[in-house]
Amino acid sequence: MIKARTFFFFVAPSLLMMLVFIAGPLVSVLIQSFQQTQNVFETVEQQKCDPFGCKTTTVTRPIFDEEGKAITQTKWVGWENYRVVLNLAGVRAALASPEGKLKSLLAIDFWGALRFTLTFTLVTLPLVLLVGLILALSVNSLNEGLRGGVIFVTLLPFIITPVIGALAIRWLFVGDGIVTAGLEHLLKQDIAFFAQGWTIELLMLFYRVWHVAPFAFVIFYAALQTVEGEKLEAAKVDGASRWQTLRYVILPHLMPLMVFVSLIHLMDSYRVFDEIVGFNAQAFRQSLQWLTFDFLTPDDAGNRSIGRASATAMLTMIGIFFLLIPLLRNTWQERQR
Amino acid sequence: MRQKLFALPLSLRLTIWLIVGFWLIIAIFPLLWLVVMSFKLPIDAFDANPFKVILGPITSQTVGGFSLITLVLVLMTLYGLLQLFARREFYFARFQVGLGLQIIFYLGLLALAMLSFPLANFISQSLSNLLGDNNFLTKPIFGLTGQHYHAVWFENGFYKQFLNTMMVTLGVVSISLTIGTLAAYALARSNSSWAFWILLVALVFRAMPHSTLVTGYLPPFIEWGLYGKRIAVIIVLVAINQPFTIWMLRSFFMNIPASLDEAALVDGCNRLQAFRQVIMPIMWPGVITTGLFSFMLAYNDYLVSALLLDGESRTMVPAIMSYFNRETTLTDQLEAIAAAASITFPIFLLVLFFQKQIVSGLTQGAVKG
Repeated sequence: MIKARTFFFFVAPSLLMMLVFIAGPLVSVLIQSFQQTQNVFETVEQQKCDPFGCKTTTVTRPIFDEEGKAITQTKWVGWENYRVVLNLAGVRAALASPEGKLKSLLAIDFWGALRFTLTFTLVTLPLVLLVGLILALSVNSLNEGLRGGVIFVTLLPFIITPVIGALAIRWLFVGDGIVTAGLEHLLKQDIAFFAQGWTIELLMLFYRVWHVAPFAFVIFYAALQTVEGEKLEAAKVDGASRWQTLRYVILPHLMPLMVFVSLIHLMDSYRVFDEIVGFNAQAFRQSLQWLTFDFLTPDDAGNRSIGRASATAMLTMIGIFFLLIPLLRNTWQERQR
Repeated sequence: MRQKLFALPLSLRLTIWLIVGFWLIIAIFPLLWLVVMSFKLPIDAFDANPFKVILGPITSQTVGGFSLITLVLVLMTLYGLLQLFARREFYFARFQVGLGLQIIFYLGLLALAMLSFPLANFISQSLSNLLGDNNFLTKPIFGLTGQHYHAVWFENGFYKQFLNTMMVTLGVVSISLTIGTLAAYALARSNSSWAFWILLVALVFRAMPHSTLVTGYLPPFIEWGLYGKRIAVIIVLVAINQPFTIWMLRSFFMNIPASLDEAALVDGCNRLQAFRQVIMPIMWPGVITTGLFSFMLAYNDYLVSALLLDGESRTMVPAIMSYFNRETTLTDQLEAIAAAASITFPIFLLVLFFQKQIVSGLTQGAVKG
């Protein structure tokens, strides 16, 4: 076994990186979420004279320092950022309104993003598992010679840059893209995939399954190679049908890996972001991570809303911890064994 | 025996063929279509009739293109080269090919692939002199134009973004692996509770949304003038990548028996020497696999690069989105498509070369926990 001193010597650079660049930012985000940084303004009286006499007006303008940079001031604002992001007044108004409670609630950015993120995560999960499983079982019973090529093609959607993958699918559907044109030809009516939210959402779900199913496939396929032949033979001798063999021998063998793929998928799809960019969906659908990104992007005046971004980021993290609990419990139990 | 056990009825075999075939089309069609469109003039590329998009009649009239003969010859050559490539390990082992010759083999394949285009064209031309201009074999019917690629790479200066991406990815891969192997080795060889907690915390860190982390970096980075610097993005991506890197490398180190380093220690090495001279030489497969995944994380990143880089230092993926911010004409869109195809090409090569390593990397994490 490695000595404690040597251990820390080896681990130090990596640990330092993670502490400074992951733990550090988390703490500073927490602090920032209670602050607001604004330009400092001054009020000056200006005299304007024209032929009919002089008028005095008061103007508010930002103060600049010697280098011409606007002087900013960071204030402690308590829960203000959270209140703005969650828009509690809007929520109360939405709940009090006689009709369309849910609709007006989801029109608020944060709640709409939360709804989309959760739907996205929960709908793609079973689809990814199912498609991955079907593919793994199918490829596993293909001739040996064909498998390499099939795996090669299957890996492409998984390896491809997510934004580019989303764009590639978008180009098939956007405007008179080839698939839209085909559907219009078949159905004899105009179809616009990017004019309303639900079709874009459907495409984003499709994209994610297309992108992640290969990952599930590879894991399941590798596991299928390790099913013991004896067990299958025993099942055959006992007169199990093909379906029963699948149900009682193969699926239990794959179970731990299904759990693994689910946990990874939940973590990753909760952070859904690239789809929004690739499908240019932000006018109709936003995700939690996209909200933070949006607050961080400079607006027309070049200002970033760091405080609100931090508040959104902290709210997003609450969900992460719920997702992490099963994973951490798993690791802990393995440690105990 | 296995064969008999798993003999499937015809109906089931057909179903499986259908499923796999259907999936292959869905998997590759969006990417293939991207490439097809990128070589056509706008009027062909955005036609509603798929055959017109594939053939590009207007492109072939105005710019030119491949004849049927050329296309068949090129495809046959490429297929043959691919077969050679797929069996490369068999040949290398059989004839005991050294590294130098292997590289020559790859370069030769590449040269042949590139040469096949002008060569096939030449054959088609000569045939057309023989047969006359207007026959279906040698008439250009597959319209092709490289003008969008030319516009993207040279006029719009996409090569700058390509260089930026290369610098960022190379930086990320080398730094990640250096500090990652050290840490992963120690974590694999220790069963103290410290090691356990570090791994557990790394797992939590892996789940952090990247936008949250960038929210933490932005104010200090702007303050210290690091905003827009490639080195800032490299450091950030290395840190974000560390949890994944040490988990994956650790599972590779676990496969190397600890008795090996014990032996080196008995022979008078210290830990660092044992690590460098005994363990690392047999760790290369694991290092390459982990390096591939680090490369992909850096190469595919949009969020961090888009927020921390600007102007001259911008990388390829954020740059492609800027094609949509201006008033987009059809030509602009096709340039974006050509840029997208350019970004995808290295990824395609990566899978071609490292399919086995990618699969092993994916399963390694899963099977070993």
